[in-house]
Amino acid sequence: MFKWLHPYAKPERAYALANRLYLWLWPLALIGLFTGSLWGLMFAPSDYQQSDSFRIMYIHVPAAIWSMGIYMSMGIAGICALVWQMRSFELSVLAMAPIGAVFTAIALFTGSFWGKPMWGTWWVWDARLTSELILLFLYLGVFALFYSFDDKRAGAKAACILAIIGMINVPIIHYSVEWWNSLHQGASITKFDKPSIAKEMLWPLLINIFSCLLLFIALTCYRFATELLASESHRKWVTKIIQ
Amino acid sequence: MITRRQKRFYTIMALFAGLALTVSLVLYALSENIDLFYTPSEIINGKNETGIKPSIGQRLRIGGMVVEGSVKRDPDTLLVEFKVTDTGPEVTISYEGILPDLFREGQGIVANGHLIDSNTVEAFEVLAKHDEEYMPPELAEAMKGIKHVKPSENPALQGGQP
Repeated sequence: MFKWLHPYAKPERAYALANRLYLWLWPLALIGLFTGSLWGLMFAPSDYQQSDSFRIMYIHVPAAIWSMGIYMSMGIAGICALVWQMRSFELSVLAMAPIGAVFTAIALFTGSFWGKPMWGTWWVWDARLTSELILLFLYLGVFALFYSFDDKRAGAKAACILAIIGMINVPIIHYSVEWWNSLHQGASITKFDKPSIAKEMLWPLLINIFSCLLLFIALTCYRFATELLASESHRKWVTKIIQ
Repeated sequence: MITRRQKRFYTIMALFAGLALTVSLVLYALSENIDLFYTPSEIINGKNETGIKPSIGQRLRIGGMVVEGSVKRDPDTLLVEFKVTDTGPEVTISYEGILPDLFREGQGIVANGHLIDSNTVEAFEVLAKHDEEYMPPELAEAMKGIKHVKPSENPALQGGQP
């Protein structure tokens, strides 16, 4: 595997790969999101208890799932950055942090808009909601640490350490609804037995979840490529691309 | 022979393991306080692990299912009284105010209020909890015999007779 990965240690190869992935995945993600949202919002049947309000799930669930997924990949990239001491890994952590923060913010806001009509409150200090809020602060912290040192490499190292430490929060978010009594309901699709959601409601949700993954990869590639260009701006291969 | 790379990797893993242990111990110690609510049986019999019962006058949250046929409404005011249960004991909740749309008999709710005697809670906030099952109304009727009725058309929530 290392032999196969080896060429991408060279920044110009990594840049080319990220650029190509971005160009392919970006339209795919948009098409998927459009299909999934249209299907979910217009054609999926309404819920027996929540009628149409449950449709906010088609935005809320993908955002919430990937807010955790992005954090895990950011943490793993952070470990790689500290172990191999490669600038590319540090830049990928920097690329993922704001995207994850936006996903988390979307999950929190849509959750709030869902909570008001259904639960009767915008916010409650429930284990699930609180740990998701902590996740948002972790993302912001990682992003802020990158720029809080005069030496870029020192900032990156500190940010990677925070990214790794914050991974502890991810299983806490996921299991919070099982470990403690909470207002938030349990997992519907990420559990081992059959999903407790009707098939015709599940399909658009799965499409949206998958498209959000593609969107995340595409945006990460885009940001990563840009950061790579900026950090290598004095190199020959960059001047060649810019011209 | 351990390379520098391996050494860094093991250091990170050791740090992470230590931190994970610390956090899990802290959460374990705090677990009672992280619970959002007491269940009715915990109010009557005390918490499972410690057996501590909440004291009268204490501010607390209680969560459980609304008992079928227990909802009583005052015809002139917004006062409503109902019982909640989880597995056995029932606790009465009185509340004055507007209930959330999802509130109906058999529904899970969380109420925030004061314990006024051993099995009565005077609530100042009632929140509805919904479960993780989503299905279209026809399927729900076929599977569970639940017919979706809009709260405004539900006789049990209108007149006061259960």
